[in-house]
Amino acid sequence: MIETLQEYLQYDFVRYALVVGVLIALCSSLLGVTLVLKRYSFIGDGLAHVAFGAMAIASVLQMTSFTYLMLPVTVLAAVLLLRTGNHAKIKGDAAVAMISVASLAFGYMLMNILPTSPNVSGDVCVTLFGSTSILTLKKEDMILCILLSVLVLLFFIFFYHKIFDVTFDEDFAKASGTKVNTYNTLIAIIIAVIIVVSMNLVGSLLISALIIFPALSAMRLFKSFKGVTICSAVISVLGAVFGILASILMGTPVGSTIVSVDVVLFFLCRIIGRIGGKG
Amino acid sequence: MSYISAKDLSIGYDGKPVLGEIHFQVEKGNYLCVVGENGSGKTTLMKTILGLIPPINGRILYGDGLKKNQIGYLPQQTELQKDFPASVEEVVLSGFQGKMGLRPFYKKEEKKQADLNMERMHIGGLKHKSYRELSGGQKQRVLLARALCAANDMLVLDEPVTGLDPKVTLEMYDLIADLNHLGITIIMISHDLDAAMKYSSHILHIDKKLFFGPTRDYQSSKQGNDFLQTLKEEEDD
Ligand SMILES: Nc1ncnc2c1ncn2[C@@H]1O[C@H](COP(=O)(O)OP(=O)(O)OP(=O)(O)O)[C@@H](O)[C@H]1O
Ligand SMILES: [Mg+2]
Repeated sequence: MIETLQEYLQYDFVRYALVVGVLIALCSSLLGVTLVLKRYSFIGDGLAHVAFGAMAIASVLQMTSFTYLMLPVTVLAAVLLLRTGNHAKIKGDAAVAMISVASLAFGYMLMNILPTSPNVSGDVCVTLFGSTSILTLKKEDMILCILLSVLVLLFFIFFYHKIFDVTFDEDFAKASGTKVNTYNTLIAIIIAVIIVVSMNLVGSLLISALIIFPALSAMRLFKSFKGVTICSAVISVLGAVFGILASILMGTPVGSTIVSVDVVLFFLCRIIGRIGGKG
Repeated sequence: MSYISAKDLSIGYDGKPVLGEIHFQVEKGNYLCVVGENGSGKTTLMKTILGLIPPINGRILYGDGLKKNQIGYLPQQTELQKDFPASVEEVVLSGFQGKMGLRPFYKKEEKKQADLNMERMHIGGLKHKSYRELSGGQKQRVLLARALCAANDMLVLDEPVTGLDPKVTLEMYDLIADLNHLGITIIMISHDLDAAMKYSSHILHIDKKLFFGPTRDYQSSKQGNDFLQTLKEEEDD
C-alpha cells in the first residue's frame, strides 16, 4: 500500500492536489466555531446551494472557471442573507430556506434544459458531492483555490480577536464600540469565500460537514477559543490528508471520503473527551 | 452639555413601547442608580442608552466628550453562550476590543491591566479555566473584570451584584465607588435599595410615575418613601 502511495506521490499533480486539499480543509475549519455558535450553520448550508445554482449557470455559459461566477454570487447572497437575518429575526430562517431550495431547483432545471455534456446526472452529482477525484481538478481552479485560501488565512489571523469578540457577546462588543455589523458582514463574506473554495473539493451538499465537524470535534477536547481553533485546524487537515490518500487508494469519491474520515474523528474525539475531561 | 441626556424618550421592542416619557441627564462623574420593579423596563432602557436597540420615540443625546468605545457594560445575567469555548483570560481581554480599532493583537499593558482587573475581582486563579464551567457568581466576576477593561469613561452595570456572596458584594460596591471617585461615571441597575441610597448621586425610579433627581431628594420624595416602605414590608413578611 505504501508503495502504491509513493508511486502516486511522485507525480506533481498528486502533490498539488494534496496541497490544495490541505489548504481548503484548513480554511474551512477556522470559522467552524463561529458558524456553530452564532447559529449560522443554516446560512452556510443555504449559501452552498446558492453556489450550486451559480455553478449551474456558469456551466451552461461554458465559462472556463466556474469560480468566477460562483464567488461574486455567493458573496452577494451572504451579505444579503445576513442583512435579513439581522433585521427580521425569524424571517431570516425562512429567507435562507427559500433561497437555498430555489437555487437548487433552478440550477438543476437549467442543467437539464441546456445540457453541456451528454451526462447531465453525472455533472449534477459532481456539483452536489464534489469531484469524484481530486486529481481531476482544473489547474486554474487550483491556483484560484490557493490564492483564496491564503486570503482567508490572513483574514482570520488578522481578525482573530475581533471574531472572538463578536461571536462571544455581540451586545457587549457593540456597547463598547466594536463595529459589530462591519465584522459580521466580513465574516459572512469570508464564509462565502470558504464555501466557494470548498465546493471544488467536496461539492455543495457536503460543505457544511467539512466546516462544522472539525469544530465540533475540537470542542469536545478543548475549552479555550484558541485551543479549539488550533485543534479543529489540525483535525481538519488530518481528515483531508487521510481522506485524499484513502480516496486515491480505494478509488472512492474524494469529498465523501474526507467527510467520512471527519465523522470518524468526531466520534474518536467524543470518546477521548468523555474519558479525559468529564470522567 | 451632559454626558447623556434624554427627553420625552420612549423605549421598547419592535415598535411596541414598554415605557414612555422618560427624561434624565447623566453628568460626567455622576453615579446614577436605576431602580424599579421586575419588568418595568430597566434593562430595556440600558440597551437603548448603549445603542443596542433603537428608541421608539425621542432621542438620547451624548456629549461632553463621552466616547462610545470607552464604555464598559455588564449585561444582566442570561444564559449567554452556553457551550462557548473560552478561557477566563480570553473573555476578560475581549473588553479591550472596542478601543483597539484595527489593531489585531493585545499589547503588553493591556494584558497587565487585564490581570489587575482579574485580581480585583479575585479571579486571578481562574485565568486559564474554562468560562462555561464556572459557577454563576464566578461568571459574574469575569464579566465585571471584562467591563472594567472597557470602561475608561463610563461603566454601565445591569444588576452587578446578582449572584455574588455578601463579602464580594461589599467589595464590589466599594470598588465601584472607588472608580467613581477616580472620575468614571456609573450607571447601575439595582434592586438593592440600601446600597443605591448609600452610594448613588442620582436616582432614576421607573414606575407609572417616573422619578429622576438627586438621591437626597428621592429619600424625601413621596415616591421614594413609598417604594422604600413597600420593600421594607416585603422584607418583613
Ligand atoms: N427582547 C424583548 N422583546 C420584546 N419584549 C421584551 C424583550 N425583553 C424584554 N421585553 C419586555 O419588556 C419589558 C421590560 O423588560 P426589562 O428586561 O427591561 O425589565 P427589567 O426592568 O430589566 O426587569 P428585571 O428587574 O427583571 O431585570 C418586560 O415586560 C418584558 O416582557
Ligand atoms: Mg433587567
